Amino acid sequence: MELGKFKLGGTQLKQSDIDRGKVLTLAQTPDLEYAWDDGVAIGRYLEELKNGKIIARKCNKCGRIMIPPRMFCELCWRATDEWVYCKDTGTVNTYSLCHVNWDASRIPEGEPLHLPALIHIDGASPGMGILHVLGEVDPDRIKIGMKVKAVWKKPGEREGSITDIMHFKPLRAARKKSKKKKSGGR
Amino acid sequence: MSQKVAIVGAGITKFVRRAQETGKELAWQASKMALDSCGLSLKDIDSVSLGTAPDAFDGVHMKGEYLSDGSGGWRKPYMRQFVGGGTGVFAPIHGWMHVASGMFDTCLVVCSEKMSTCYPHPQGAFLTIFDHTTEQALDPTLIWIFALEYNRYMETYGLTKRDIAPVSVKNKKNAMDHPSAQLPMDITVDDVLNSELLAWPVNRLDISPASDGAAAIVLAGEHAAKRITDKPVWIDGVGWNLDTAYWATRDLSYPRYVEKAARMAYDMAGIKEPRREIEIAEPYDPFTYKELHHMEGLLLADRGEAPQLLADGVTQRDGDRPMCPSGGALGVGNPISATGLMKVIEIFLQLRGEAEKRQVPGNPTCGLAQAWGDLMQVGTVVVMRR
Ligand SMILES: [Zn+2]
Repeated sequence: MELGKFKLGGTQLKQSDIDRGKVLTLAQTPDLEYAWDDGVAIGRYLEELKNGKIIARKCNKCGRIMIPPRMFCELCWRATDEWVYCKDTGTVNTYSLCHVNWDASRIPEGEPLHLPALIHIDGASPGMGILHVLGEVDPDRIKIGMKVKAVWKKPGEREGSITDIMHFKPLRAARKKSKKKKSGGR
Repeated sequence: MSQKVAIVGAGITKFVRRAQETGKELAWQASKMALDSCGLSLKDIDSVSLGTAPDAFDGVHMKGEYLSDGSGGWRKPYMRQFVGGGTGVFAPIHGWMHVASGMFDTCLVVCSEKMSTCYPHPQGAFLTIFDHTTEQALDPTLIWIFALEYNRYMETYGLTKRDIAPVSVKNKKNAMDHPSAQLPMDITVDDVLNSELLAWPVNRLDISPASDGAAAIVLAGEHAAKRITDKPVWIDGVGWNLDTAYWATRDLSYPRYVEKAARMAYDMAGIKEPRREIEIAEPYDPFTYKELHHMEGLLLADRGEAPQLLADGVTQRDGDRPMCPSGGALGVGNPISATGLMKVIEIFLQLRGEAEKRQVPGNPTCGLAQAWGDLMQVGTVVVMRR
């Protein structure tokens, strides 16, 4: 069989088809609300964030100190053993300079970019990282391997959320200097 | 297993940004074409395996049920499969199980996707794949994951964007010969590097589009296959594997789950030297770097070596190891589940010598298709021979 011998389905619509009423569209926004229980391990994690601390959970069989904490070790398939406080510093494992918002809309020219990064947290096992964002840094000077430190909200403003850490900032140097935009070819 | 399984027919729609047809109409078009292509009718089909991605795209809850009539599933043993972007190769693996087990002699495998329903862009639906408590509060977009993985891949092997961008040039060019293609283009590496920067290092032309479309294949057991066609293409190996969903904790430079899936499929197919024996492949390429990343996971290149093979022309259609001769997700389009099945169909057509202008030289006898998905930690692989 050759695809070229068949008349293929799938008819491309254009915006003008919709504007001219060639296609009728029914639009609806589902009205759904959820309340996620945070569970045993993440519950404690959030509670400690409110205290300005990062906590992990240790498995005494494989020895891993895991973040985010979990009540069972998915590798040893057994209950984890103890709580371990980590530092609020870490290392940038990878990062991006993002011009797009969560809904695919674009950040207006001149406004700050999103700076997501994976940060390996000091005190957890090597390779144990979390997703967060960087701040107080010149985007052009972010480097993989850079040491960073959490910047916390004021104690009274924390609510037990990952956003109690506003962002991670460089431990030294690489401070924000210019608003120069990143070019595509770096 | 109790019998060998062959692909005996295939169907596909055009991949478009927004289709007039509903998801079930697309499913019907692809399914009908698949049956017509091998002279069967729905009454000849014993079971149906449907693949479709998150319900949130369509805003239809229980999409498996919704698509069941267009997929020919009524009054038949019918199952929906779903592993995110890996679904398009997972659905045929499930169909293979139905037939290989001896339970059924034929199975219709259908993958249909309608991403345009979620507007202005389905990106918002992707938000919900992040952990609701520890990640969603950071307002992530799906592109973050890929940008972070892309950057890590470059850092680990000392690569640049210029080493990776030619994947887009190759695949979009290949797509110019595919009748379903949504984004066929003749472009240069500079066009890719100068396209809109979305999330460094990811530019617009590094990313496959959101698409509507459907694909279908007919599977048959050994005896049935030989009755139906004189050109069966055998599924000789299947593999799938899932890594940890703590994605921030994985080594992002290497897709270990793809390697595990590939080894499972290679063992089943008796493949000892994949680089010599796999003559043609369709690795999943929703982003430029993913084709290279996946070639390495599939053991078709050493770690960090895939960009050099690309630069040397090895992965071109007329190269020693053609990759994505269809045009891939980057060129043909990416209606999530249908993309993986489109890749299976491409290898089916290539091994039968029926890929028209896309045909690779040298009469290949063995190829593979691979997809990848969930929270970027599932690998699905099928190995095919004629
Ligand atoms: Zn353990």
